[in-house]
Formats: sequence, C-alpha cells, structure tokens
Amino acid sequence: MKIHICLTGIKTIILDCNNISQYSVFLINSALMNRRDIMSAVNPDQYSYPSVFIYGHRATGKSHVVLSIMKDLELPHASVDCVECVSSGLLFHQVLSAFFGPDAAALLPRCPSLSDFVRLYKQMSSNSPATQTRYIILDRAERMRDMDFSLLPALLRLQELVNDNVTVILLSEIVWEKFRPNTGCFEPLLFHFPDYSKGKSLVQILSWDHHPSYTPELYASYINILLGVFFSVCRDLRELRHLAVLNFSKFCEPLEKGEAKESDIHKLWKNIEPHLQRAMQTVYLREVSSVQWEQQQMDEKEATTLRVLSAHAHIELPYYSKFLLIAAYLASFNPARTDRRFFLKSHGKIRKTNFLKKHEKTSNHLLGPKPFPLDRLMAIFYSVVDSRVAPTASVFSQISSLVTLQLLSQVGHDDQLDSPKYKCSVSLDFILAISRCVCVCVRLLDLLALSLVIQSQVVRQERSLFTAVSNLHLL
Amino acid sequence: FLSKVILNYVFQGCFVFKSASKKRKRHVGGYLVDDSDENGSDRFRICQKLWETVQTNTEVIQDQLNKKVLDSLAEFIKKHGLGCSSDNWRQRAREIPTAALMLGVNVPDHAMTFRSLCNLLQDSVTPFVVSVHAKECAAVKLLIQKVLEQLMGRGVSVDEEQEDDTALLQRTQCTISALCQWYKTVTKVREDKRTYTIDFPQSLPVVVIFKDFEAFNSQVLQDFILICSRYTQELPFIFIFGIATSPSAIQHRLPHSVSSLLCIEVFHSLSCTQHLASVFDKLILNSQFPFKLSSRVIQVLVGIFLYHDFSVQNFVKGLQFSMLEHFKSQPLSMLCCQKQEALLSAKTLSKKNVERIRHLPSFMRYVETQEPQEQVRLLTNDEHVKEVCQKLLKNLHKYHKNYYPILQCLHSLTSSLPKFPLGKHIRELHVSCIEKNLWETEEYDSALQLLRILAKDELVAALRKCAEILKSTKILQNVLQQLEDFIGRLEALEGVSSEDSSGNGIISGKMEYQKTDLFQLQKTLLEKESRRTKRMNPFEVLRSQVIEFIDSLVREYLTPAELQPLNEVCYYSSSGVLRQRLNVTPRTSIQAALSHPFYYLQNESLKTDAGTISSAAPDLCIVYKLHLECGRLINLYDWLEAFLTVMSAAEDQDTNSEECGKYDSLKHARFIQAVSEMEFLGFIKSTKQKTDHVARLTWGGC
Repeated sequence: MKIHICLTGIKTIILDCNNISQYSVFLINSALMNRRDIMSAVNPDQYSYPSVFIYGHRATGKSHVVLSIMKDLELPHASVDCVECVSSGLLFHQVLSAFFGPDAAALLPRCPSLSDFVRLYKQMSSNSPATQTRYIILDRAERMRDMDFSLLPALLRLQELVNDNVTVILLSEIVWEKFRPNTGCFEPLLFHFPDYSKGKSLVQILSWDHHPSYTPELYASYINILLGVFFSVCRDLRELRHLAVLNFSKFCEPLEKGEAKESDIHKLWKNIEPHLQRAMQTVYLREVSSVQWEQQQMDEKEATTLRVLSAHAHIELPYYSKFLLIAAYLASFNPARTDRRFFLKSHGKIRKTNFLKKHEKTSNHLLGPKPFPLDRLMAIFYSVVDSRVAPTASVFSQISSLVTLQLLSQVGHDDQLDSPKYKCSVSLDFILAISRCVCVCVRLLDLLALSLVIQSQVVRQERSLFTAVSNLHLL
Repeated sequence: FLSKVILNYVFQGCFVFKSASKKRKRHVGGYLVDDSDENGSDRFRICQKLWETVQTNTEVIQDQLNKKVLDSLAEFIKKHGLGCSSDNWRQRAREIPTAALMLGVNVPDHAMTFRSLCNLLQDSVTPFVVSVHAKECAAVKLLIQKVLEQLMGRGVSVDEEQEDDTALLQRTQCTISALCQWYKTVTKVREDKRTYTIDFPQSLPVVVIFKDFEAFNSQVLQDFILICSRYTQELPFIFIFGIATSPSAIQHRLPHSVSSLLCIEVFHSLSCTQHLASVFDKLILNSQFPFKLSSRVIQVLVGIFLYHDFSVQNFVKGLQFSMLEHFKSQPLSMLCCQKQEALLSAKTLSKKNVERIRHLPSFMRYVETQEPQEQVRLLTNDEHVKEVCQKLLKNLHKYHKNYYPILQCLHSLTSSLPKFPLGKHIRELHVSCIEKNLWETEEYDSALQLLRILAKDELVAALRKCAEILKSTKILQNVLQQLEDFIGRLEALEGVSSEDSSGNGIISGKMEYQKTDLFQLQKTLLEKESRRTKRMNPFEVLRSQVIEFIDSLVREYLTPAELQPLNEVCYYSSSGVLRQRLNVTPRTSIQAALSHPFYYLQNESLKTDAGTISSAAPDLCIVYKLHLECGRLINLYDWLEAFLTVMSAAEDQDTNSEECGKYDSLKHARFIQAVSEMEFLGFIKSTKQKTDHVARLTWGGC
C-alpha cells in the first residue's frame, strides 16, 4: 500500500508504508488525512517552497511526523530545538554541522553573524551541491521571536540568500499571526496539525501500546475509561500515555485476583474510577512523583497516605519576618487611605457612607497586590507588632531575604535606594496560617478578619478562575 | 596601655578577618609574647583553643543532624542511577528524577549542608556533581556554561590523557550536546578501565544541585529543564533543588508543561530550632566547656536567632564574639580553662591579677562572709589569696559539674507538665536558673503544684528518666541512690495504694466535675489536694516526699551562677555590648553622629546643650539639625539662609558687612557639599514637585 502524503504542497513525498513504523504512519495518517488531494508528482530538480510553518497544540505529532519522514526517506536535514539556541550562533553551528560535517561548522567565526552563516553555507553548498532538497527543521520556533529580529525573516527566504535547494520548516505551538514581524516578510506555507479527537484518534493511538498479556480490546476499553476521566483536563498525548501506563496495573488487579473477567467492564470501571480521580489530583499535577505513585499502588493495602507537595505549605519564619509579611500583606491589599482607620487607636470619625470609594469596593483580591513604599510597610509593621522593635539592620535585612524567598517582590527598578517599593506575593491562606502561628494579639486577627472576610467570597470565585486561566494555554 | 591597644587590635582582627589565613594571627601573636605582664598571649591561646573546640563541635553536630537526610538523598540518587535502564516507559515520558530538599529559610546556613552533600555524592555515588548558585546563572547560557565548566574541568583533573580532548570541546560551543559527547567519551574510558568490576552501575548520573531554587529566574529554570529533558536518554540527569520555603514553590515557579518533566520527591532536613537545641546542649549546657554565658547574654543571642534570622551559624558567631570580648576585656579570663590548667595558673597569679581578684564583686561578697581574721588575711596576704582562689575555682568547677545533670533532671520532670510552667526548652529553664533563685519564682511553685498531683505511673516514668540522666553522667551517686530508692518504694506500693486512692477518686470525680472547664478542674483539684493533706494515703505521702527531695535538690544545686565566687572568670555578662555589636542599628548611629558629633569626635569644642546648634560642628551636622525643623519639602534657599546665620554666629564679634559678602561663595560651596552628603546618606532627595525644593525621607529620631 502506498500512502501519498503532501508535505509542502509543491513537493510530494511518496512513502512506502512498510518502511515506517505503524505508529508513526498512524500519526501521519490522522494528521494529514484531509490533505491527500493536494498531492502531485515532483521533479527532483525543482526547488521546493522556501519555508513551511507547521503549527498545532502540544503533542499533536508535529515533530514526530516531520522527523519520521526525514529519517525514513533519508532526506538531508538539520533538526534544531530553538530552546537550546541561546544565541543564533549555536543555530548556525548546528545547521552547518548537520549538512556539511563538524569541520564546516568549525569554520564559523567566534560570534557568527547571519552573513557569516550565509557566506559559509554558499561556499559549502557550491562544493557539494544539493541532490535533494535540504531541510532545516526548527522546533519550538516561537523562541526565534526573542532572538535577533532579522533572523526570522532571513530564514524564511534562506533559499534565495544561499541559492541552494533548502527548505526551512518551522514547528510551533502558536499561530503564524503572532510571528509576523512589523516590517512584513516572506509568507511561509502554513500547515495546521489539528488536535486529536477524543473518539477516534486518541483511543486508537493510545491503544497501540497495549500490554502483551492482555487483549487489545481490554486495553481499548481501559483507554476509554481513562479518557473519560482525563479528557476534560488534559489532551496532551504524551501525558495521557504516561498516565495510562501508570494506572494500568491497578486496572488489571481484579483480573489477576480472579475477581472479574475481561468482559466485566462495569466492575473494572467501578474499581478504577476513584483511583483515576485521585491520580488526577495528585500524580497528574506532579504533587506526587510517578515513582511514589507506583510504590503506593504496590502497598495499597497498608493505606499509606502520601504527603503531597502542597501539603507542606507551612514555612517556618523568624518571628519578625512573620510580622513583616503580615504587614506587607495588609499594605498590599488595603487602600492606603484606610491605614489611619485600621492602625491608629484614635483615628477620629470617618463618615461611614462613603468611607470606601466606589472603585475600592471591588475586591482588592481581584485586582491583585498593589505596590507600597517601604515607609508604609514599616509603619504598619510597628503598629502590628506587639513589642517595641528597634529599627535594626537585621529587621531590614529580613525584608530583603523575604524578597529573595519570593514572598515579597520588589517593583520598579528606579530609586532603589531612596524609596523602594514592594508587593506582597503570598496568598490569603498563607497569611492566615502565619497569623494563626503568631496570634499573640487578637487585634491583629481582627484586622485581618476585617479586611479579608468581606472578600473571602470573592476569593473563592477568583481561585476557580485562576485555575481555569492557568489551564489555558497562554500565548 | 600600648599592649592593651595591640590586644584590642588582635581580637578585632581575628573577628573581622575570620577566614583570613592563620599567618596574620601568628604574626600579631608575636607581638604579644614580649609583654608577659598582661598575659595577653596566654588568653589569646586559651581563646583560640576554645574556639577550635567550638568549631569542631558544631561541625560534628551538623554532620550528625544531616546524616539521615543526606543518606536518603544518596540512596535516591543511587536508585535512579541504577534503575533508569529498566524503567523504559519513564524514559519515554522524559521525566528527570528530582529531589526537593527542604532546608529552612536561612539560606546562608545551607552552604555547609551542600558542601557535605557534594562530598558524600562524589565519594559514594557519582563523580559528576555540579552545584550552581542563582547569582551566577542569570541566563540559560550562563547556567549551561557553569554546568559544563564544573563537569569538564573535573574530567580533566580525573584523567590526564583527556586534556586535549576537553580543550577541544571547550573551544566548541557551550551546549548540552557537547556535554553529551564528553560524557560518552568519559564513561567509555571508565568502562574500559572497569571491565573487571561488573557490579559497578552502568550509567553514572549527572547530579545538578540548584543551591537556592527560589532565587533562580523561572524562565532560566524552565529552559534548562526543557533542554535537559531532551537529552535524558543519553545523559542521566538528576536534579536537586535546595528549597528554602516550601515544596509548592516548585509549582509556583514552573508551569505544568515543565513540571511534568520532573519526577519530584521531597526530602526534609532537620528544622533549625532543633539544630539550635543540639548546639546549645553541646556548647552551653556542658560542664566540659569552661566559657559560660550569663542569662542576659543568652537571651540576646537566642533572641537574635528566634526573632531575626533562624541562623545557627550566626548564633555560633555570636558565641565566638562573646568569647573574644570576654578574653579581651577580662584579664582574669586566663583562669577560664580546664580545671588543672586553671589551678596551675592560679598558683602563679601576678600581683596585679591578685589585686584584680580582690576587686571582683563576687570575691568581695565572699570575703564579707568570712571571719574578721580571715578577712584581713585575704586582703593583705597575696599567697593566701592564691590558695583561696584555687579552692574557689575547684568549687566553681564542682558547681558546674553538678548543675547540668540536675538541670536536665528538672527539665525532664517539668517538660511534660501542661502549659510548660518552666518553659518548653531547657534553655529557658537554664536562663531562669542562672538568673535568680528559681525556687522563689511563681512558675516554680506552680510547677511543683502540678508535680504534686501527678499519677503514680507518670511520676515513676519521670523519675526513671532522671535516674537515666544521672547514670549517664556518673556523678552525684548519692542522689542517684536516693532516686532509685524512691522508685523502688513507689513500685512496692503497687497493690495497696492503687485500690483505695482510685476508689474514692473516681466516685467524687463523677459527682462534681461534670461540666467544668480545664482551668476550674485544675483549681478544684488543687484545692482538694490541700484539703486532703490530713488524711493522705501511703502513695501521697511518698509522693510529697519525692517532691520535697526534688525541691531540696533544686535548692542545693541550681543556685544562680552570679552568687558563685569568681564567677566573673567564666561568665561573660555584658549583654549591652553584645546587642550593640550584633544587632546593629545603623540609622540610629548615623543620627547620633549627626546630632551629637561630640559622641564620636570627642572634641571638647563640640559639647553643646541639647537642642542648640554649635557653629563649630561639621557642616553636615549643622545642615542635618536645620533640616529636622522642616516639613516634608525643604526650601533650599531658606535652608541656606539658616545655615549662613549659624555660620556667622560664630564670627559674630568680628563681623562686618564686607567680610560677610566675601566669604559667601565659600559658605555656599560648603552648604552645597553638605546637602549632597545628606542626599548621599539618604535623608533627602531631589523632587520634581517644586523647583528648588528637596524632599525629606526620614521622620522622627530628633
């Protein structure tokens, strides 16, 4: 059977199915299903399209498909991960050494510029002219945007520059619109890898790693159960495979014990479902490492409760550091106008009706921490702490150590010496835990309650929003 | 006087340049040999010796405390180093084994732990250990460079013949793939060498230690992890994160896409308070260590620890500082050493030092208690003083020997009582014991009250613990004897007392105490106790005897140190100096210098009454004092006018108008300079709100 796959739209590659592992064929198949009609025969002398841009979500098989094709057809290619290229020199180096050997790459000057690269490439390619199209594959191409601004436009029309049959393939998780420079550039051929659909492709792909001692049907039903739990939170194929392998032994437990047969899907489902739910809360979030998770499965009978990562949220801090942190929190989330009222014993009368301005009534937690100057922090600190504290150097050094621990963060880089500004970057729960630790003065707790309880309702909503946002793929 | 200055200099030198080579110390020590009068060199020697014991002790403690966590870490790394070939699926998932090592918030203290961890790993697990510091790794490039440097540099030192190889690699690009190549060649060489040792693990892991995880830029970390995860097949990486706060810092710092590449396990090191407790036990609650701290000094040092930094290293430094201060300021500290040595030097006391002993407050108190004849002898006969001094030193050593076991006994008895009337930690008990007569305090009374209502099994268990403590010290045998006697008698009571005491106790309890809170219950119980004294059963009689016995022990052995004659020799008590030096207030001292220049300059002409401005003071002081009278914004012109007025007040007598004008530009320049110095010191800054105004940055402290 021959599968014709169009990769570039102009140049078609004819793959022999037997040469490629079935798995990757499947991937290619599912990814390129709807592009079959563009194929056409190609003249090898003809130059290919200068640049291709392939995009799609994580783990949709972009690199896998491209690299498999390259490998199986033995095409000359250079594969570079842009994360690794901390400088463009590294990129040039890798490309040259892949095409012309390390000796060619060694000819690059110390800090090679783009023109050095082009010159060297031309020189080399004239010595060994291309018989086939050469491919430069740039994985995680979104990192290129942070590199030299001329690099991306130049690479897009590298073919013209070096006058060689070369194609640059950019792989990225984000769309082309986010790449296009202001000045405009050569438009690459766009190509989208869609997400795997739940019903067909994911089940089929995941079923490929079925266990040799069980039937593929059983494994497929297991995958269906797994997807039922995890599909709503995770569509990453790699992660799903990882989870599938992790939990399969638990799924098979009743079978091994002889409590159920392979056909008792419902029974098996009942057995595995709570387990998978737990996995979603722990091992998926890496609260528990996979090794620990396996260990736990083995000695499940002892009912060991694993201590998850976030369970040790408690931090031991020196006494004054705690108060400094509380003061910082209060300074960050209370409007400065209210300080007088909260921290002064005789604060005078404040008209209740418009004590808070309208915009202040919206939760400060939704708006996030506000920066405050050092003076204000110290003023609140002195009023909150119950004893007289001398303004010693160690009190101030505690502030900077809180900054290094990232419990506070310093904002604004001007005027560091005269009036530095800080933000409090810890959560409400954390502060409440700390103030419970030092709750020597009831007034402090009152204060916290006063300023926080009103907003706790909002906080809860906001927290769910937060998780939703972090799940989104941020561009 | 000169020698004193030199000695002063020596000690300061030792403290500030602690890590500087010994050459310097020896060099300065040479000066001290010529003056035999002050015994400076002796004291210096004793101090050095003591400091060495402190250092070795703290290192031993640190090693002991860290042993468990370090061993488990090494185990973890070994396991992953061995197991990575078998766990095929995990390789596919590209998870890097990661240990999150929780170390507590004091980051500088971690250095020692990491050093021993590095040594342990290199000795027992793998030679490829890299430790990186956030400060050096502001970008991925630098981080990779650091890792490569440390690894490949080590490779060169291991194998001489590879030198040109690595040189070539270093010339090439600084990437992980280069490292990969290097790793392959190195392990190949190793395998060739080790073909005969089969049990050696196949792949040596590459351990990267991130010393201060929180301080790393998260983008750098993410990129590094992404890059490394690409190479896990060829390079078995293992990460160790040194985390100061909590493990959730990892999740805060890394997004899910990156943290899913890690296989994290958490390791906890001992908390710093436990560490402090063991250091305290070893160095302060130890009769072998002759140098002692007074209660106030302990409070200052522990206060700095608990309130400010949680740093055991700083605590030890504080101890070192007080040692240096003591040996510097107290000439009699030459007697502060082991018993034999002290007795020897007491025999050969110089005339000056005998006189000093006579002036010690504790010795004077001792003299007052003696017979008149003896008093005269003590005040006139030097030889007699020396003899008495030896006797007193012996007593002091004996006091310390007895003090600590009894202190531990009392602590073990009272530490299990509700609400800890005598403190949770032994250091609190120690502080109150050496400060005042413990038995006169309210807390002690309430503790005894609580002891008096202990049940029998509790009492026996507590006494057993005391007996254990006394057994291990091998002194106070008669006390131990008595204690064991009491335990025996209590156990002999077994059958008789338990029945009748429990009988009426339970019935009455059920009737009366159903809806009382804990406090009232305690009160009524105490009342009942006092009511019942008349008709006590045998157990209660015995119990009160035991309590009496403990009380007598406390009164005999836990007397305050200040009452001991010659305690000044061993006890360092100037807590004020210590606080001033260790818990510095830079702003206060700057303000003191500016408002009272006499304090630092010691120039007679600068002496002024409070509130007035002397024109003889430095310009900066005048400007400072004038600015205190202003509001938030200071008009520069007004300020200058005021300054000129003060200046001209000095030359009032010979002022005439022309001269004023003549000196104006000079004064103007001086004013400008003073103002810019003020800005440099951070008291004012320029503002854009109003032209020719500056803003004040400080308040109060006039």
